[in-house]
Amino acid sequence: MSEGISQPDQPQELEGHAGDKDLFSKFDDIIALREGLLAQGREDPFSLVMEKVLSPTRAICNGRETILLGTYNYMGMTFDPDVVEAGKQALADFGTGTTGSRVLNGTYQGHKECEEALRDFYQMDHAMVFSTGYQANLGIISTIAGKGDYIVLDIDSHASIWDGCAMGNAEVVPFKHNDVEAMEKRLKRIPEGAGKLVVLEGVYSMLGDIAPLKEMVAVAKKYGAMVLVDEAHSMGFIGENGRGVVEDADVIDDVDFIIGTFSKSVGTVGGFCVSNHPKFEIMRLVCRPYVFTASLPPSVVATAATSIRKLMHGSNKRAHLWENSKNLHAGLRKLGFQLGTDEPQSAIIAVIMPDLEKGAHMWEALIRNGLYVNLARPPATPANMTLLRCSLCAEHSEEEVGQILEIFEKSGKQTGII
Amino acid sequence: MDRAEVDAKIRNLIEPFNKKGVEIKEETTFQNDLEFDSLTVMDFVAEIEDEFDIIISMNQQAEIENYGQLVDAVHKLQADA
Repeated sequence: MSEGISQPDQPQELEGHAGDKDLFSKFDDIIALREGLLAQGREDPFSLVMEKVLSPTRAICNGRETILLGTYNYMGMTFDPDVVEAGKQALADFGTGTTGSRVLNGTYQGHKECEEALRDFYQMDHAMVFSTGYQANLGIISTIAGKGDYIVLDIDSHASIWDGCAMGNAEVVPFKHNDVEAMEKRLKRIPEGAGKLVVLEGVYSMLGDIAPLKEMVAVAKKYGAMVLVDEAHSMGFIGENGRGVVEDADVIDDVDFIIGTFSKSVGTVGGFCVSNHPKFEIMRLVCRPYVFTASLPPSVVATAATSIRKLMHGSNKRAHLWENSKNLHAGLRKLGFQLGTDEPQSAIIAVIMPDLEKGAHMWEALIRNGLYVNLARPPATPANMTLLRCSLCAEHSEEEVGQILEIFEKSGKQTGII
Repeated sequence: MDRAEVDAKIRNLIEPFNKKGVEIKEETTFQNDLEFDSLTVMDFVAEIEDEFDIIISMNQQAEIENYGQLVDAVHKLQADA
């Protein structure tokens, strides 16, 4: 899923109410932290504006032409001519929005076609499209795991997974990141007869590492648990057909639910769940984050459906993206940066910063030198790390990866990180 | 296992996590007195779970603020297990 970094607008100047205690007092620490960072004259990493977007890999940011290396636009579909054309056509034919819930007036032909594209892409029986990826996790997890059931999940799970757990009434049992043994111990202790759901992610977006799904899914099945895998950061890229880490690990048939998003490789916005469960369609009536919100606009589902169908035939792009990931990982390591994984495991390369202040300094140097990456900080990050997170795109050329490395070298030296 | 035995075992387990050597009393809180962050809580809870072969779900953890409450909860959980 998309990461949990908050990107609020610039806060207004406090008007002499600083001493008054009210419901906002609980945010005083974070307000102070933010003001401290900005007082050093830094560009605010959380208020970047892209004035013009030139391509999936280039934009004008704060007046400068910038290489984009933090967009999750893995397959570069945002400017694909077929995808753009499908959106324009739907806008002309079906209007700007549905103004309704999927279960009332908000299901158009395009929503059905989008779900059909997902069923074809994953070769699964059922597909349900949500208005965002966040809502897909929130809705499915909170609805299927209820009072008396147990959810066993990785401690580094995305915010949308945690919020889905909090919204339901199930017992929530986390285990150490990617630790198969810790997961098994917890499953073993769950009282007999209780419903069990194991929630995993294919790629963890903070460090860009993948889960040992082969072992984990086998253990989950041994204890009779249902398995949900969030493949937000792998769709379209990992696996022979781009179905994700579940495909690469050859466990797709043992997984009960795959959650995904349109806001990364697909190149628009929206979320989904695919499943082979025979009773899956009932979710449309009982899942509140699906029912009580307006459906996606016709242009969005049209672009998503077109993009998903094109991703089925994206093996050349997948191969080029792997090359980019390997080149960037090797190059950064050679420059002396500390990285989140020893080997490139996905299209995310996380560069570990010594602390938040140095991380913000380095981020600013990168943006001034024409490169955008994500600054990720606690509490969204594991072990309170500050990360500069790079997500590559299949449309980055080999030369661009070279330029990216030059900017990293220049900025790293300017800030004394390397 | 009676409450005193549970207490003694948890006192042993908490030692490596009690970096500042805070005196552990019944009313000692994990968040304020011991300054446990979420990762420390996870590691500490895992140690207790393994020692007593129990599950302390996050829902149950939310009810536990101080040391005495933890000993009570573990005492009850291991008796029920």
